[in-house]
Amino acid sequence: MNAANLLAQIVVVALAVAAAPLFMAWVGQCRAWLANRRGPGLLQPYRVLRKLFHKDAVLATRASSLFRIAPYVQFGAMACAAAIIPLLGTDLPFATAADAIALVGLFAVARVFLALAAMDIGTAFGSLGARREMLVGFLAEPALLMVFFTASLIAHGTALPAMATAITGHPLAIYPSLAFAAVAFLMVLLAENARIPVDNPATHLELTMIHEAMVLEYSARHLALIEWSAALKLFNYCAIGFALFLPWGLPDRVGSGMLAALPVVALKFAAAGAGLALLETVSAKMRIFRAPEFLATAFLLAVLGLLVRLLLGS
Amino acid sequence: MTHLPWSAQFIHLAAAVLLLLSFAMLTQRRILSLLDLFATQGAVLAASTAIVAYSSGRAELYYSAALTFALKVLLLPYILHRLLRRLNVRWEAEPLLNVPTTLLVGLLLVIFAFALAQPISQLATTLTRSTLGIAIAVVMLSLLMMITRRKAVSQVVGFLALENGLFFAATSATYGMPMVVELGIALDVLVGVLILGVFFFQIREQFDSLDLRHLEALKEE
Repeated sequence: MNAANLLAQIVVVALAVAAAPLFMAWVGQCRAWLANRRGPGLLQPYRVLRKLFHKDAVLATRASSLFRIAPYVQFGAMACAAAIIPLLGTDLPFATAADAIALVGLFAVARVFLALAAMDIGTAFGSLGARREMLVGFLAEPALLMVFFTASLIAHGTALPAMATAITGHPLAIYPSLAFAAVAFLMVLLAENARIPVDNPATHLELTMIHEAMVLEYSARHLALIEWSAALKLFNYCAIGFALFLPWGLPDRVGSGMLAALPVVALKFAAAGAGLALLETVSAKMRIFRAPEFLATAFLLAVLGLLVRLLLGS
Repeated sequence: MTHLPWSAQFIHLAAAVLLLLSFAMLTQRRILSLLDLFATQGAVLAASTAIVAYSSGRAELYYSAALTFALKVLLLPYILHRLLRRLNVRWEAEPLLNVPTTLLVGLLLVIFAFALAQPISQLATTLTRSTLGIAIAVVMLSLLMMITRRKAVSQVVGFLALENGLFFAATSATYGMPMVVELGIALDVLVGVLILGVFFFQIREQFDSLDLRHLEALKEE
């Protein structure tokens, strides 16, 4: 039984890693449709990844080993995060190994390595992007933690599977605290994944870049890993959102129930991708100096959720 | 986890939305959106009063819900909109504190209000007693809004939001005030807004602006 659990866990992580670029492509495709364009198709990220993996890597002369290992660290952190998040079931062995706070730590490790690697080369845009990324990160992280604390108050524990079963295990009730936390989480998701109100993922204008400015010096397989882990990060954030706020349809044991849950999860991702694309189409990118305001609002909402939960018990 | 009846859950939801709207008003820079938020707050207040009336079976609370709706969703926003058009004010200047600081101060006020309400709400016997903390928080946030704004119009909206908070406190702690008191307050608020509307014109005529800093100087330089 234990071996079967482990196998299921490995299959789920592999599935998450494989499906992450597809989700990114789906968001891009929806954005293209909303802008009345045809879009590059759902396989485009895979083609880009293949192309990048076949190229020869070019490194700056002053690059230290930190610059070379950063993409692997980031990809590894995101794959670990995918193992912790209950994507297809709440009974997987790794999901109970680490809790939500460790998950935030994993994201922080990935961010710190990428920022250090961007500063390592010493180009102007690299350190500019790294500073901006750290600004956004240090404002978004407390908000994310507060969201987790609100959910863990309801679940009486910080483990993600416990949070996922807390809502489905009880009779249906209105949770204003969870609604606040969900909006805060959405704002953190947009900020952390370099989506439109905070950063434009498709920009070519260096002065407005945050995430892109950090990875300007990367090429070939390093760039491929970074892009892949960016897609995986967005995928992970959506999976966290489902686990916290839409946990219906998750089987509570390993087995054939997980196959049945697959279409439900796929449907959730399709809806989330379309919603994300719509949100990005209707909103305009903010100036970088408005980002603290945006994230302070997210923090406020998360803390309000916490307080409302403590006062009203709802 | 104790399972609450649906009416109590809806009242909790309304309370949470009221708190959220107070914060939205606190950070809103545009005066027209501020009025819309105020009207929304009135609508939520009327809805929550109606739910309290339904769940407690008190018919007079239906009247007070209807009165709230007529006054705070329809009449007062209409009067203020007309005033703004006549005064030709569209934009609100920057508030005294920047937005993140205001939000943090507001959060501290909310925590203070919740701590303040904890012993009181244990004495109350109503279904909605736990929302008293939110009502006090709404009052305090409205006070903060009046303090951090310079323009006369937004201070008046802050004053009206404060009255919303008091009304919500009354319904949540004791199922509403007596009808006479409620009618009196409603009339007071209405007359107050009308008089303040006249004040707006006087202030603008005197100083050519609605900025209340000009009122702080006691003599002309």
